[in-house]
Amino acid sequence: MYEHDVIVVGAGGAGLRAAIAAHEEGADVALVTKLHPVRSHTGAAEGGINAALHEEDSWELHAYDTMKGSDYLADAPAVDTFAQDAPEEVINLEHWGMPFSREEDGTVSQRPFGGLSFARTTYAGAETGHHMLHTMYQQVVKRGIEVYDEWYVTNLAVTDHDDPEDRQCHGVVAYEIATGEIEGFRANDGVILATGGPGQAFDHTTNAIANTGDGAAMAYRAGVPMEDMEMIQFHPTTLPSTGVLISEGVRGEGGILYNDEGERLMFEYGYANNAGELASRDVVARAELTEVNNGRGIEDEYVDLDMRHLGEERIVDRLENILHLAEDFEGVDGLEEPMPVKPGQHYAMGGVECDENGETCIDGLYAAGETACVSLHGANRLGGNALPELLVFGARAGHHAAGKDMKDAEIQTGYSAKSEDGDVEPPVEPGAVGASGEDAAADGAVVDADEVLEHTIERERERVEALMEGDGLNHAEVRSEVQKSMTATVNVFREEEGIKEALRDIRRARERYEDVSVSDPSRTYNTDLIHTIETRNVLDVAEAIALGALARREFRGAHWRAEYQERRDEDWIKHTMLAWNDGTPELYYKPVLLESQWKEYEPKERSY
Amino acid sequence: MSTQTEPESETEIEESEAAATETESAVESPGDRRRREKGERAVEEEAKRKEAEETLDEEDTVQIKVFRYDPEVEGKQEPRFDDFHVPFFKGMTVLDALIYARDTYDSSLTFRHSCRQAVCGSDALFINGSQRLACQTQIADLDSETVRVEPLPHQDVVKDLVVDMEHFYDQMDSVEPYFDADELPDGDETQRQTPENREKVKMSTRCIWCGACMSSCNIAADDNQYLGPAAINMAYRFAMDEREGEIRKEDRIKIIEQEHGVWRCQTQFSCTEVCPKDIPLTEHIQELKREAVKSNLKFW
Ligand SMILES: Cc1cc2nc3c(=O)[nH]c(=O)nc-3n(C[C@H](O)[C@H](O)[C@H](O)COP(=O)(O)OP(=O)(O)OC[C@H]3O[C@@H](n4cnc5c(N)ncnc54)[C@H](O)[C@@H]3O)c2cc1C
Ligand code: SF4
Ligand code: FES
Repeated sequence: MYEHDVIVVGAGGAGLRAAIAAHEEGADVALVTKLHPVRSHTGAAEGGINAALHEEDSWELHAYDTMKGSDYLADAPAVDTFAQDAPEEVINLEHWGMPFSREEDGTVSQRPFGGLSFARTTYAGAETGHHMLHTMYQQVVKRGIEVYDEWYVTNLAVTDHDDPEDRQCHGVVAYEIATGEIEGFRANDGVILATGGPGQAFDHTTNAIANTGDGAAMAYRAGVPMEDMEMIQFHPTTLPSTGVLISEGVRGEGGILYNDEGERLMFEYGYANNAGELASRDVVARAELTEVNNGRGIEDEYVDLDMRHLGEERIVDRLENILHLAEDFEGVDGLEEPMPVKPGQHYAMGGVECDENGETCIDGLYAAGETACVSLHGANRLGGNALPELLVFGARAGHHAAGKDMKDAEIQTGYSAKSEDGDVEPPVEPGAVGASGEDAAADGAVVDADEVLEHTIERERERVEALMEGDGLNHAEVRSEVQKSMTATVNVFREEEGIKEALRDIRRARERYEDVSVSDPSRTYNTDLIHTIETRNVLDVAEAIALGALARREFRGAHWRAEYQERRDEDWIKHTMLAWNDGTPELYYKPVLLESQWKEYEPKERSY
Repeated sequence: MSTQTEPESETEIEESEAAATETESAVESPGDRRRREKGERAVEEEAKRKEAEETLDEEDTVQIKVFRYDPEVEGKQEPRFDDFHVPFFKGMTVLDALIYARDTYDSSLTFRHSCRQAVCGSDALFINGSQRLACQTQIADLDSETVRVEPLPHQDVVKDLVVDMEHFYDQMDSVEPYFDADELPDGDETQRQTPENREKVKMSTRCIWCGACMSSCNIAADDNQYLGPAAINMAYRFAMDEREGEIRKEDRIKIIEQEHGVWRCQTQFSCTEVCPKDIPLTEHIQELKREAVKSNLKFW
């Protein structure tokens, strides 16, 4: 058994910042991560980090932009806290050596970004995330913070009180990938989940293969509600064979989208007669898919993004990295031919419900980064707002867990914050296979910290043994079925029947998962086992996304519903919440806070 | 061959007959039934896979030859190569082929990977005789009928394509790989850095810790204590950053001019050739040699 004051699960931007923060408060903190920290997907972010640094800019403006971008589904206390803390966090990063792009006078450069009323996006070339990740990992090394890398956290050690709000988290159980050892990690002051996005719930995504929503699924099953899971952002220009992102820059410079008939689709079919290719992400993504659905897609799959007319000189000058991406990952020479693109899952606005201090409703359990939902992004995230979120809320969670005296949160968490019953009618029972669910408090009353850990370790050992036995199905089949179903139906277009179909597919997948087993018998670096456990998490997260999508009967932000083509403020300014309920999920709603101690927001039309 | 298959098929018949009589006489428990069904299904699936593999059109497939080794699994303790036939599509990378082979034919095939876009540095492998990122290598560009995939040379193999990265990480850690300015401005102000200086360190900051350079380096292969190109490049990244200050820079130069530091490099350029991020490693090492000479002159 290992023991620390604070255990941070995940070492991407959010986890690293949380660990540094806990260390700043004098805590003995450790990172437990399935990938070595520098392999985390934060390294893939290109664009930038928003912060109101300039004297003519203000946190209020940044907050206003964020709330408007969210389509009024974000909570004001989260938005205001975020915009206020972001500048200091960016300055921290600079003091830690982040190689930001610079102006002639040596100050940090800032550029304009979609949906921002001021040029407040700081960046480091086209590799902002890579530099942010490495800069913070360097500080972790400098501070001597313990890192358990290639340790896969399989579950949380949480007491089994009936009411999740009485539960307490005492640590985690993890599996050392290199050796197959299963160990407990006791956390005396808190566990912070920073496990990143759930992109692998879809078969076409800009997320990494390791982004399987582990933290969200574990917290969900332990009793923390999932919030606004239906809110998934899709990016319109990703490469078809891998999902690698082609940045907005190409369209910004004048790149044109063509369908199979060589028509400039954005104008030809009136998807955006003014903005054309430069319309917002969701509009372009829907336009592309409409073309494909109407038989005008190329190879029935994608459309072409052509930049050849810009000329070699301009392309090489401004879009050089795009040429490399197209060449390396799609085998296409962007100077000679158009680049194939299609929409891909990109970002999850929803996640583990927590407050401005990162606290969930379970005592001692925190969440930060893309896995968390504070809620900052509401129904739609602005470009450049995720990276500063990692910093601001990673730091706050780390500080709070380490015992720093902080202001009480305004955001309420847990089932007790419910304002309204759910009204969703899934076509099949969601949740665990088998009556009350395998995670239910079977023998009741395991509440002592050591006992909880021992109990959880035992359960995880049994789970691993069971998976290693027998010769059942390969998890990869189950995972890929769910991913395909999600991409086919809970994508940028969502229709009631389609979403129901996804829920049925997920149900079938859950049943099939009961027969899954690991065929690699080795204890050494058994990725078959790790991926099999991940697939279980993918199932839970995918189902939560589909349930949320079915429940929300309106069109808000990234969430489009065929049957409901309008934002319906009277009924729907509320968060979609999902409680695992020991295996029998319950959907309910809680209010959106459009007012904080600083400001009040009035819903307006989201037009730019 | 025929003498080998005959006895085998005999035992198979015996076994299935035994199973049949058993199910007739005893009542099967639900667990047994599930296991039996699992077994049957596995056989079916395997047969389907075999058939799928065999019917793949030769034209549209690519053969990958993959290094296999597992210290604890019988039959894999002796390193060997396995062949997989994988359907080819335009844009297919070596990583795509490995994933296909794993998910379709053999789920124990083991390799690190995550981002699929050359930023996480997980999948540096020895592909057709040189160090490359599997995700960044287009099969079509290899211009070869079979693709040979091995773990990075000069590193201990943990299993299949996975190598032990600890030594590489230790070398990185030994150059104090973190920004450490002599002094910082007040809390709410950033440091200044000229665009020229930022440009100077730019390439060195792109390292993704993949280990390809270290694996390609003869010197590192012979001298286990040699810092290696990536760690020296890391030292360069900070020594050349004007924000850190002269005092810190002197310390950094001392680290890289130690016995197993920059002077070991014989400018063979192998590291520079394999670096997937196009970092001019050899140039950086040469420049640090010059810095070391300069700083020694200063103290004389
Ligand atoms: C291609 C791309 C470009 C983007 N560009 C931008 C941009 O320009 N600006 C912006 O603001 N945002 C951008 N984003 C969004 C942003 O990068 C992500 O939301 C953010 O980096 C997520 O960080 P994280 O720390 O939450 O998770 P990650 O960086 O994904 O880290 C997750 C960590 O959790 C660990 N982990 C996961 N599961 C387990 C487990 N079971 N046990 C142990 N450890 C585990 C992993 O090892 C990893 O260390 C982009 C996203 C993508 C995909
Ligand atoms: S210097 Fe290049 S080859 Fe070496 S570890 Fe870094 S990215 Fe890889
Ligand atoms: S998978 Fe990340 S570098 Fe290849």
